[in-house]
Amino acid sequence: MSRRQLIVLAVVLALACALPFLVSNYRTFQFTLVLVYAIALLGLNILTGYNGQISLGHGAFYAIGAYCTAILMDKFGVPYWATLPVAGAVCLVAGFLFGLPALRLEGLYLALATFALGVSLPQLLKNHHVEKWTGGVQGIVISKPDAPFGLPLSPDQWLYFFSLAVAILMFALARNLLRGRIGRAMVAIRDHHIAAETMGVDTAMVKSLSFGVSAMYTGVAGALGAIAVQFVAPDSFNIFLSIVFLVGIVVGGLASITGAIYGALFIQFVPNIADELSKAAPWAIFGVFLILFVYLMPAGVAGALRMALARWQAKRQND
Amino acid sequence: MALLEVTQLHAAYGQTRVLHGISFAMEAGSITTLLGANGAGKTTTLRALCAMVKTQGDIRFAGERIDGRATEDIVRLGIAHVPDGRGTFVNLTTEENLRLGAYTRRDGEAVEADLERVYGYFPRLKERRAQQAGTLSGGEQQMLAVSRGLMLRPKLMLLDEPSFGLAPLVVRELFAILRAVNERERVSLLVVEQNAALALELADHAYLIETGRVVLSGTADEIKRNDAVRSSYLGY
Amino acid sequence: MEAFLHQVLAGLATGGIYASLALALVMIYQATHLVNFAQGEMAMFSTYIAWSLIDAGLPYWAAFALTVVIAFVLGVVIERVVIRPVENAPVLAVVVVFIALLVILNSVTGWIYTYTIKTFPSPFPEQPLFGIKYMSSHEMGAIGVTLAVLLLLYAFFRFTPLGLAMRAAAQNPESSRLVGIRVGWMLALGWGLAAAVGSVAGMMVAPIVYLDPNMMGGILLYAFAAALVGGVDNPGGAVFGGFLVGVLENVLGAFVIGNELKLAVALVLIIGVLVVRPSGFFGKVYVTRV
Repeated sequence: MSRRQLIVLAVVLALACALPFLVSNYRTFQFTLVLVYAIALLGLNILTGYNGQISLGHGAFYAIGAYCTAILMDKFGVPYWATLPVAGAVCLVAGFLFGLPALRLEGLYLALATFALGVSLPQLLKNHHVEKWTGGVQGIVISKPDAPFGLPLSPDQWLYFFSLAVAILMFALARNLLRGRIGRAMVAIRDHHIAAETMGVDTAMVKSLSFGVSAMYTGVAGALGAIAVQFVAPDSFNIFLSIVFLVGIVVGGLASITGAIYGALFIQFVPNIADELSKAAPWAIFGVFLILFVYLMPAGVAGALRMALARWQAKRQND
Repeated sequence: MALLEVTQLHAAYGQTRVLHGISFAMEAGSITTLLGANGAGKTTTLRALCAMVKTQGDIRFAGERIDGRATEDIVRLGIAHVPDGRGTFVNLTTEENLRLGAYTRRDGEAVEADLERVYGYFPRLKERRAQQAGTLSGGEQQMLAVSRGLMLRPKLMLLDEPSFGLAPLVVRELFAILRAVNERERVSLLVVEQNAALALELADHAYLIETGRVVLSGTADEIKRNDAVRSSYLGY
Repeated sequence: MEAFLHQVLAGLATGGIYASLALALVMIYQATHLVNFAQGEMAMFSTYIAWSLIDAGLPYWAAFALTVVIAFVLGVVIERVVIRPVENAPVLAVVVVFIALLVILNSVTGWIYTYTIKTFPSPFPEQPLFGIKYMSSHEMGAIGVTLAVLLLLYAFFRFTPLGLAMRAAAQNPESSRLVGIRVGWMLALGWGLAAAVGSVAGMMVAPIVYLDPNMMGGILLYAFAAALVGGVDNPGGAVFGGFLVGVLENVLGAFVIGNELKLAVALVLIIGVLVVRPSGFFGKVYVTRV
């Protein structure tokens, strides 16, 4: 990292830490969700942005993570923080397994298969065979954790810092993964899978692994999200959740780590503003933004910022 | 007035420039051939005439400028292009392929008559009229491509390597029919060929193209007698 | 046995609807090699238009005909305005645009008509037709309408010059241009036809599932399954696949896995077919000689 990047990072972190003391508990809760979405979007971006595999069903992995946490807390009394690694591990395996048959599917067909997964998931969760675990249509209610060690923080503030710590960890790990050998292999497969194969990249392994890691990220986000909203139910994980994630990575920026944050801010706050117009308005806006970004800003907010910065630097050098 | 007049034609595929200012003309009713080695720009020239590649320059057909028009509109002027690789609609039947050739025509009865006429030229196609065109042999597909062009009732027909991949006997048959079409139906032919001997036998005018430029032109007889052409393209 | 027969026949009725929608998907797939994720929402939107027309006092069949025409125009406009700019874009961009379309149609419908569930009339009498007790008259009527649509489409593609040109444009755009076919417009027409067929499917299924902006989600999934089972480039196969999926869904739902897992049938079929036999069970193997 350059010195300037380090400074920017430090400022952003300082702001992020100060935030819960500057805004109301409800706003803090909303920013917790931003962190949750950012992790989920990073997961989807690893798969779709970096590896080029289109998923329209990532809401399914978010749901699996959320249910893992809810069931562990509700049925087994596991402390909330200990459920995250379990949720992540379960989703890693689930993603890897789903990725195996998906290996044979190119772009469009994978989109189709994952779309089918996303659409049918709520029905699977409601099924009476799993009802005693999932709580059926009613879902599961869980309680919000208090701050430990007698820290003078409200539960919302504590959960925000907890999520922030998890997010920082996940982002740092993703950065290392994507900048390293595996990350380069993932991009190589996206851009030219035959060439990647002839260069000795084990495409099958890398693609399944991408699927697994991606699902793990989204699953951890789901687990955090469940703790934050204190409730899981099948109908909150319908196909539109998966579509929200797609909106997030397209708007934030494909194949960009910071893009996940811009995307998360977008999907958290834009509906809040638009909601006042009509119940349907947030979705109409999402749809229009999707089309506009594909036509006008295919690199998303992250790409646009990068370009603006480059232009500004070029201008400064010329002056 | 020339039927087709090309002046300073440039063309490129993306960054790769292929034609560097080609100029040539052909008279109505004539058979003209463009000769040249692989990669000289012959196919690109034909594609440029039909707006299938980005071009610069002036193309006039019967005195009217046609560069800048869409392929579909150029076809409507009566220019039939028999493309490189034959352009067969492989999943349609032979007869459907032929009917597509007459797609822009509105004279239904005459189309039926023309169908019988091309079947007269190529009886083999009639035998295979209901067969999936992709199952025809290479020679049959070439006949089909020429016939599809004829179904337009064109004024000008562009033929890209009509002899390519065909047995000598089939080539002889095909070229005899091309000559007949030219004489009887007054269809002008612009033929691109690698096989220069064959093309010069058919044509009355020829242009020699090298790396995207015309380097020699004349009547077929003059070209045949040119020493450079003889040693490089005719091999005697 | 009687219950089984009833389920099979009811399956044929919904199967016809899946078949129509699957056919719409295949028509667009053949021309562009893309699967239109918004096909279901386009059908849903058209069905709401039909509802408005009937609500305004138009007789059923007049509203039906007018809706088909409006859906056709809508399909053409969507292709020209929204799809055209991404014609040669990467798959991801196109998929995103399709999803955007899905979301926009869904939310605009919710905006205009609210999310309250509405009933949609059936044009067929309440009493069973011809005294057949295993099937409601709407189910029989829906099968009849579906078959009529399929026959009309078949005749159009098989026997008219325009139908031939559309098939040609779908399989060989370059050669099509060389015989003077306006390929771009053929694509738009294909979208129009697909939307029109989809609107019929919507109007036939609405009396069964009721009218609401999310009515087509599951149905689209069955249509995907149908198209894949039949081979996504094979119209005849897609139609057969539609009927097959309809029967499977009903019979399995009633006797084996229970109604609440019906969508899983579609999921399993889609993933199963894609993994085991991506060309579908009737996917064409083209014979070509070079």
